[in-house]
Amino acid sequence: MELNTLTAVELLKMIKSKEATAASICERLKKRISEVDGRVSAYVRSEDLSGAGHDSVSLPIALKDNICTEGLNTQCCSKILEGFRPPYDATVVAKLKKQAVGIFPLKTNMDEFAFGSSTENSFFGPTHNPWDLERVPGGSSGGSAAAVAADEAIWALGSDTGGSIRQPASFCGVVGLKPTYGRVSRFGLIAFASSLDQIGPITKNVGDCALLLNIISGYDPKDSTSVNIDVPDYTKSLSGEARGIKIGTPKEYFVEGMDEEVKDIITEAINKLKTLGAVSREISLPHTEYAVPVYYIIATAEASSNLARFDGVQYGYRAEANDLLQMYKLTRGQGFGQEAKRRILLGTFALSHGYFDAYYLRAQKARTLIKEDFDRAFEEVDCIVAPTSPTPAFKIGERADNPLKMYLSDIYTISVNLAGIPAISIPCGFTKKGLPVGLQIMAKPFNEEMILRLAHAYEQSTPWHTMKPKL
Amino acid sequence: MKYETVIGLEVHLQLKTKTKAFCSCSVQFGQEPNSAVCPVCLGFPGTLPVFNKEVLRSAIKVALALNCSIQEYTKFDRKNYFYPDLPKDYQISQYDLPISRNGYLDIPDGQGQKRIGITRVHIEEDAGKLIHEGNLSLVDFNRTGIPLLEIVSEPDLSSPQEAFDYLTILKNVIEYLDVSDCDMEKGSLRCDANISLRVSGEKVLGVKTELKNMNSFKGVKDALLFEVQRQTEMLESKQEMTQETRLWDADNGETVSMRTKEGAKDYRYFSDPDLTAFLIEQKTIQEIKDSLPELPQAKARRFVEEYSISEYEAKILSASRELADFSEECFRCYSGSDKKIVVNWLIGPLLSEANARGLKPSFLGVGAQGLVDLVGFVERQEISNLSAKTVLTKMIDTKKPATQIIKEKNLLQISDNASLEAMISEVLEKNAKSVDDFRSGKANALMFLVGQVMKRSQGKANPKLLQDLIRRRLS
Repeated sequence: MELNTLTAVELLKMIKSKEATAASICERLKKRISEVDGRVSAYVRSEDLSGAGHDSVSLPIALKDNICTEGLNTQCCSKILEGFRPPYDATVVAKLKKQAVGIFPLKTNMDEFAFGSSTENSFFGPTHNPWDLERVPGGSSGGSAAAVAADEAIWALGSDTGGSIRQPASFCGVVGLKPTYGRVSRFGLIAFASSLDQIGPITKNVGDCALLLNIISGYDPKDSTSVNIDVPDYTKSLSGEARGIKIGTPKEYFVEGMDEEVKDIITEAINKLKTLGAVSREISLPHTEYAVPVYYIIATAEASSNLARFDGVQYGYRAEANDLLQMYKLTRGQGFGQEAKRRILLGTFALSHGYFDAYYLRAQKARTLIKEDFDRAFEEVDCIVAPTSPTPAFKIGERADNPLKMYLSDIYTISVNLAGIPAISIPCGFTKKGLPVGLQIMAKPFNEEMILRLAHAYEQSTPWHTMKPKL
Repeated sequence: MKYETVIGLEVHLQLKTKTKAFCSCSVQFGQEPNSAVCPVCLGFPGTLPVFNKEVLRSAIKVALALNCSIQEYTKFDRKNYFYPDLPKDYQISQYDLPISRNGYLDIPDGQGQKRIGITRVHIEEDAGKLIHEGNLSLVDFNRTGIPLLEIVSEPDLSSPQEAFDYLTILKNVIEYLDVSDCDMEKGSLRCDANISLRVSGEKVLGVKTELKNMNSFKGVKDALLFEVQRQTEMLESKQEMTQETRLWDADNGETVSMRTKEGAKDYRYFSDPDLTAFLIEQKTIQEIKDSLPELPQAKARRFVEEYSISEYEAKILSASRELADFSEECFRCYSGSDKKIVVNWLIGPLLSEANARGLKPSFLGVGAQGLVDLVGFVERQEISNLSAKTVLTKMIDTKKPATQIIKEKNLLQISDNASLEAMISEVLEKNAKSVDDFRSGKANALMFLVGQVMKRSQGKANPKLLQDLIRRRLS
């Protein structure tokens, strides 16, 4: 067994018993990257890897390019943050370092500023899905998901604003969790939409996911939106026991638009959960149809303001210009990609005088209704189970010219962010073409334990998480 | 046609908290450019603001002192606009749920008072400062993120003088609260004014002008006076007014148009998702209310009642908290029967020394007890008023107590009859003519004789006693 193919839990045991060292794991990862990353492109930029993996640290971790690491390039895969090396660590990075987790100097690819569902919108070019190199890995955390799937990383962190951890996890056949809003500090995560963003683990199995969540969770005085609630030991939720868990399937999710194969695989997964003792019933989330429009108003509005600071004054890219206005226009015109510009314009419009009430304010009201749908549902069930994405990975370029179709990739993941609840995507089967499909499990706020318990029980009785792409 | 003036003021006040509003950088004037900065106030990507609760306390203090009602539920909003001194390209401010509303401030109006409404007091962060050098524009971010209060008045002010009075009293109140330096030159207090004219008795407001760039209260008054003139002329010559922003040019004494309403900005306000909305508990409000100091207007009223001093004197002594406290300490130290003499010394010699030296009275090093001791010498007629003033100057210069200075300079008045009688005999002998003059009814002659003895005593003779003695000898 090659070290890079093992899980974090397995490797930690080996490090403890001196069968492996951080250095040997890093060496193996570097070798793997040199073998396959030319085809996958999970990582961006070339960095000096000689410092990676010394024995003062334990397991290395791969970070998405929007998570700040002191002294390391962090640029959200955008030209506008060219050369930006933050003088501070994100809180999650500080927590990882404290637990002696090594920060892998390479950052993973992403849609520019996390704007996308395919990782095609990266300044560095697309990442390829390890299961089919002609297909996208999903997005926006496509680099992190592909790196884990291709054994180029042991584990990774991504960020999820509307599905950016779960959808690529689903496309790449790995585990991805979006924690409850406020569970993990956002300090040092370069913001897309502040009220929706959350950092979370992308791992090879549920056990690693629980372990990583243990490390990164918790209240942070540097983030006023992080919540001061005790962090349980998530690995204790991995009992393998699903009996008696009440699961709900939202009828609004199982409608047309879902790929037939995906539908069959998800149905089978739900049946599997039932055989494990879970009790299933249909539930209703009546405001589901508003999720996509509400999301694209709120997320773009916040993004338009969050991204204003990239103006060429202090850091990153600055275009040569003769006056201030010209500098702003050229810097932002040349520094942002197409999708970033589209979203900034959409958000600016939604907040504009005369349109605010009709768009932003109504969207906020609808967001409350969506949240209330979930509150009601969780009075009846412990978990909500649904597909992560209506389709398996699509081809690179297939939706690039159709933003609306691309936005619909997130139809099953977006409501979770709007409601602030936690949700996981775990592998639950493969299509005939050999593409992974993900099962999404949601629970009420701060009940990640319930999600992990059910996901783990499912994983224990299925082989999907052990499958590896041929590269 | 007769016009009436309608003025509303927007005051920005820098709070002198220990740290900035949303990070832990220090707040201090005059530091090296870009030395009091951190990734948070520089708006670096990924950083988040965390609200400094000290700012909240100061804001509530000011709002309560201005008789505002505190909003229980409040939040921060983003005001979006691009400018190089604004690192995030949005300012954290308060829009639809400001911390307080509906207050007032009373200003003098003839013999009575006029109540000026205060629309709102809200919290926001300051921007940085641009410095232009030749072709270069440089940014100093030290000021970025310093907490500001915006105090918006109702358009209740009806003359430039009222605006001046409002500012003076507002500053007075804020200084009492000790939450801001209120220094317009250093920019810790800034004021914009909205002014419009309308035909007297008309209900509808006229087209307004927003005035900026005034850097003293006098500047505000002058700019408003200019504007009253300008707008009157425009109205009388039937020219069409447009809503605009004008800058005060103090050197040329005029206002210059900066932008018209068409160029008005859309700030795209929305709730800041990085800062959660919060509730202010009644308990907190009450606690701050209880800790508020006595405010200047109340203090002046109390001085009149408690110390039986005139309204005029009370107003002078309560003009600053520091002087008021110093005065009260003097009153406490003073055991004599007539506080009038202490008040005279405070308002007279002490304040002129303080003004001459540009120091606050309590920083002169005299101390309340020291001043009262000096006053005691005068009251007991042990030294003359004139020499007492010299002693005060010496006390400030040397930090020595009055007793020591009087002793060292041998300033005690000669009040023993024997030595005075000797001097008097000598003078009367040598000035027989004056003695005759006095006896023949020329009153002036007495003063001449007193002066002669005074001279002989090197100014130390007790003048009152001296007069009595000469009078007795000549009668």
